[in-house]
Amino acid sequence: MIATARDPRVEYVMRLGDNALVLAQRLCAWIAHAPVMEEDVALANVSLDLFGQARLWLGYAGELEGAGRDEDHFAFHRAASGFRNVLLVERPNGDFAATTVRGYFFDLWSYLALGELARSRDERIAAIAGKTRKETAYHLRRSEDWLIRLGDGTPESHARTQHAVNDLWRYTGEPFLRDEIDAAMLDAGVGFDPATLLDPWNERVRSAFSAATLAIPSDPWMQRGGKSGLHTEQLSYLLAEMQALPRSMPEAAW
Amino acid sequence: MKTLPALATVRDWLDEIEDPEIPALSITDLGIVRDVRYVDDVLEVALTPTYAGCPATQVIRDDVERTLRARGVDRLRITERLAPAWTSEWLSVRGRERLHEYGIAPPHAAAEAGLALGPIASAIVRCPRCASGETREQSRFGSTPCKALYRCDACGEPFEYFKPH
Repeated sequence: MIATARDPRVEYVMRLGDNALVLAQRLCAWIAHAPVMEEDVALANVSLDLFGQARLWLGYAGELEGAGRDEDHFAFHRAASGFRNVLLVERPNGDFAATTVRGYFFDLWSYLALGELARSRDERIAAIAGKTRKETAYHLRRSEDWLIRLGDGTPESHARTQHAVNDLWRYTGEPFLRDEIDAAMLDAGVGFDPATLLDPWNERVRSAFSAATLAIPSDPWMQRGGKSGLHTEQLSYLLAEMQALPRSMPEAAW
Repeated sequence: MKTLPALATVRDWLDEIEDPEIPALSITDLGIVRDVRYVDDVLEVALTPTYAGCPATQVIRDDVERTLRARGVDRLRITERLAPAWTSEWLSVRGRERLHEYGIAPPHAAAEAGLALGPIASAIVRCPRCASGETREQSRFGSTPCKALYRCDACGEPFEYFKPH
């Protein structure tokens, strides 16, 4: 299917791809820095899965757009304002607890969202979602296992994990906000209503937090902006590193 | 006009291509060759990736292209098929035997991973070296996306388990 210039599907699919791409880039910064070797391998694996997901989504966004941009072009030749990921995934790695909590919040949302998208009327979206949901289940199980182990662990791991939760909670509202792109995709039978995922997400978080002896912050104020291209400055540093080579040497090839 | 090779012959050729990360398996053992057919005189080979980010995917695609071109197939189209998603259920019986001989425990039946907490309940994973069932999952992630890291408590050896997926 080729989209018209104003087809909201381009934007919609870019959001999915950018979420995966930015988190993948964040996670690969852990390689050779994880607390134990198994975690180094696990973080690299999750990162690799997400790069693969980003490639599938952004490749499709490029086809829909029909302007000759491929997934590499999207990854390496857009400025921060061109990215459509939620702010949550661009938060810095922090310590292992912060990376775990960020991963858990995202993995849970992603698992639920891909379940909805697997029923999309757009066959390509449904195929990508059906495929990537299976590996996202692995990511979620791992991040939830760690959330519980760290939260219900030593005083040190508990304190760090609760600190990460308090710090990141304000970024957990954005994925559930519905804007005009979401509404158009819902109407077209391509997408889903993000607000409907909030209850199952909250329910799961509550039971995991209870097992992890963690408290859910009471401040209801939520940050937003990433879905429409308004990012925090941390994304720019991430992109500066990720894009340095292809931008300085556009002809470079393997 | 040149005679086109029979599809069964093409499948035999594909069966000679090794998986780049687990060379004990051919790509047909792995279950990733989803279709081989002619559309007019163009040979179409549909491949499916195991995991979205598996770096072997591109290598396999290149290997298929090189192998078939070397056999004289010059009208060729290789496509990526995402749905239905690859599952370890598609591993051939021969592939499972080859994995075991290679030292990798073959996968049990793939159940929907779902949202259940705790370790994935599964049948006993037997050590491929000493056949003991006294084994433990060390990490759900291994040296490639398709494998998990295990350790045998009986013989003390670490080994890899091909994940049910």
